[in-house]
Amino acid sequence: MAPKRLGLIVNPVAGLGGRVGLKGSDGPEIQRRALALGAVPRAGERAAAALKPLRPLAGAFDLLAAPGAMGESIARQAGFAPRVLPATGPAAGGVTGPEDTRAAARAMQQAGADLVLFAGGDGTARDVCDAVGTGLTVLGVPAGVKIHSAAYAVSPAAAGRLAAAYLEGDRALRREAEVIDLDEDAYRRGRIATVLHGYLMVPYRRGAVQNQKVPTPAGEEAQARAVAAEVVDRLVPGRAYLLGPGTTTRAVAARLGLPKTLVGVDVVTGGELLAADVAERDVLALLDRRPLGLILSPIGGQGFLLGRGNQQITPEVIRRVERAHLLVACPSAKLAALRGHPLLVDTGDQQVDALLAGYLEVITGYRDTAMYRVAAGGEGDENLEAS
Amino acid sequence: MKPIGPKPRPRRFHQASWDEPVIFELSRPGQRGVLLPPVEAEIEREVGHPARELPGTLRRTTPPALPELSQNQVLRHYARLSQETLGVDLNPDIGQGTCTMKYSPKVNEQLARNPRLTELHPLQDEATVQGILEVMHRLEAMLGEISGMDRVTLQPGAGSAAIYANVCMIRACQAARGQGERDEVITTIFSHPSNAAAARVAGYRVITLYPDADGYPDLEALKAAVSPRTAGLLITNPEDTGIFNPRIAEFVRVVHEAGGLCSYDQANANGILGITRAREAGFDLCHFNLHKTFSTPHGCGGPGAGACGVTAELAPFLPVPTVECDDGRYRLDYERPQSIGKVRPFYGVTPNLLRAYAWIMSLGAAGLRRVAEIAVLNNNYLLHQVLQIRGVSAPYAAGKRRIEQVRYSWEQLARDTGVRSEDLEIRVADYGMHYWTSHHPFVVPEPMTLEPTESYSRADLDDYAAVLRQISDEAYSRPEVVTTAPHRSTVHRTRQESFDDPDQWAVTWRAYLRKTGQDRG
Ligand SMILES: Cc1ncc(COP(=O)(O)O)c(C=O)c1O
Repeated sequence: MAPKRLGLIVNPVAGLGGRVGLKGSDGPEIQRRALALGAVPRAGERAAAALKPLRPLAGAFDLLAAPGAMGESIARQAGFAPRVLPATGPAAGGVTGPEDTRAAARAMQQAGADLVLFAGGDGTARDVCDAVGTGLTVLGVPAGVKIHSAAYAVSPAAAGRLAAAYLEGDRALRREAEVIDLDEDAYRRGRIATVLHGYLMVPYRRGAVQNQKVPTPAGEEAQARAVAAEVVDRLVPGRAYLLGPGTTTRAVAARLGLPKTLVGVDVVTGGELLAADVAERDVLALLDRRPLGLILSPIGGQGFLLGRGNQQITPEVIRRVERAHLLVACPSAKLAALRGHPLLVDTGDQQVDALLAGYLEVITGYRDTAMYRVAAGGEGDENLEAS
Repeated sequence: MKPIGPKPRPRRFHQASWDEPVIFELSRPGQRGVLLPPVEAEIEREVGHPARELPGTLRRTTPPALPELSQNQVLRHYARLSQETLGVDLNPDIGQGTCTMKYSPKVNEQLARNPRLTELHPLQDEATVQGILEVMHRLEAMLGEISGMDRVTLQPGAGSAAIYANVCMIRACQAARGQGERDEVITTIFSHPSNAAAARVAGYRVITLYPDADGYPDLEALKAAVSPRTAGLLITNPEDTGIFNPRIAEFVRVVHEAGGLCSYDQANANGILGITRAREAGFDLCHFNLHKTFSTPHGCGGPGAGACGVTAELAPFLPVPTVECDDGRYRLDYERPQSIGKVRPFYGVTPNLLRAYAWIMSLGAAGLRRVAEIAVLNNNYLLHQVLQIRGVSAPYAAGKRRIEQVRYSWEQLARDTGVRSEDLEIRVADYGMHYWTSHHPFVVPEPMTLEPTESYSRADLDDYAAVLRQISDEAYSRPEVVTTAPHRSTVHRTRQESFDDPDQWAVTWRAYLRKTGQDRG
């Protein structure tokens, strides 16, 4: 039997915008700004982490890689000798763009790949979907700023392990996974809503693939207001708080009479907005001047508390916030939608992730909390059973 | 002559649908049911005018805004509504899990409607109501035996009211211990939500525990939750999933060690009667719903009856009055200085107390245990039948049996066909059956909660399962039939999100008029 073929496509600019407080990484302009603000490309690192669990199988499959930073170089660094597919994108070798991802996906399909790992964010999933639809089995390695699509594994390592299981014969388990992205129109009007873009065929094991992010239904707004009332009751007068992204934290800001950057991090005190839409650099500068509290809410459906959409809150920042001043808010319906999965933290720093793991009191309503499990998202979470 | 052929299964059903307006909409000024004659002058001279004899404080200044209808309009209205219902006297009522919709024997109805009970007045002298006081005293003793608790009160008017009474006793006891500053109550997400609600009403903060990876209440989460602020634990067991918490004694121990008190929600004790007791698990308080476990009617939301059992330490805090017996004479004791007071007027829902007493007496101790055994057997038989149906599963505790109910999930069906549990809920009514999802939030996706109790025969359970099977087939072959239901019943599709928005609901006609801007008053 011919050896199986595993493909690798990396969107090298995915995730660039995250740490420097930009809302995504789409378009060369944003990418240039991100690099100017000191962003370090991370997608390659994430892809390499996904390849790690595949190392023991190295001889048993052929690795196909997109050229250069889109796969080849990362595969080589990870100790593989990939077959490089001919560069077919119009901008091959130059700055990469969506057409490169689409071209690479089509090349993988023509080369008969059994499974393709692609590292990126929601935009990357959209590009792969546009190129091959459900005609190719693929799996996303989370590396982007926005990850709502169910085609992504919960972490790079989980992607690698799932790919290994799939190559070793677990082939029957495949399912169509939603490719979703932020509805830009709704987003501009201040609502987080996701749009279904299409489907990708992904290998499936319970718990290994991200739950599709659920948009907040209207009824939850009232709940969010109750949660906000409790959060505000717990604020220590005089202390400043970092307010993470999301609709629940927006309700907190509204309770304080303040505006909120929906997918950004703001800094507030009881009554005023100190800084809007800050990057890690700003937060660290603030922390040098005064102690901060941190108010977070998990991303619906996935349960990521840290590491998805709020990369400005870096391991360094978390280390410097006292645990007693970490407030996690999540309406009970949204917590129930996690289906027993723990809240996940994937800060990129295992020590910080371990620090946060365990049980956390989550504010679920007015004078209402849940004692809820928190786990490191980068760890072996594919073993967690969905209900 | 040819014999009559067999009936199809599921049976053909078609419900009356009257498109009946709200009774206020039927009102026309001047319509009357009964025309009362004016008081004759002679009579007025002798006994006075009834309205003018009333003290001013009891007299309305404006007449009540009652609907104005003729007698036959009223009769027709309610007869029609009655044709648009389902219930235990019409269909195997196993679709309302957690509610223990068992059969209420009609002989107990006769007892409860006997004038010797209905003609009693709660303000009568004790000496003239010795019989019903004896019934209460004996019923308390029986429930004490069934739960293992030292004292019982029958006063609460429902399960939620009983839980509330228990929370009040916890608060009073903690205060008496000098621990009044404890302000947190712990519960689990699959405990009946009345537990969290009652604690909130009593002013407590509530910490909810979510299930562990196996679907059991999370002991580690409990350990993380207890603190010097813990006043108590309010927990249902078996939980609303029908899963019995195997570490229940450990839960109680952890809470006791933290200084908290433990209250066992046994509203539905139908699967554990005569098998396990609150006392042995170490609880300080517990409660039963007489309208579940002990067969009294639910009465469409009331009046039910709740009974609280407590240990000797908690007994001083019981509501007043208690029923005491001195040398064969029964009396009501109000002189209990540490009592939490009253949780309902007088002594509780007396007719239900009599029904529950009669039900227990007719079964005896061995019979009660048989009830539990049959209820559990029925449930596991139905579980087996349902799990053969395409698209449904029983999440958590895989491979284990359940106690008295199961919270199923139609997630697979929803994924395969797009048909949701809420669609099934409506389609089931087209077959003359009732179906319930679960409390909110839906922790189990696409939930369905079934509880067959001991009342239904194997044929009844097969009938119910046949309906579910039929609808699953429909969902896979012609899903639009299900998603456009109802076709043969009166139920409506409601927009559930509006329940969260106070501007979109009204619980009284007057509130409806006000919220829709039609209020002329
Ligand atoms: C376990 C449990 N506890 C409490 C209650 C509340 O009882 P009630 O409806 O009489 O207030 C119920 C009823 O649904 C129940 O099933």
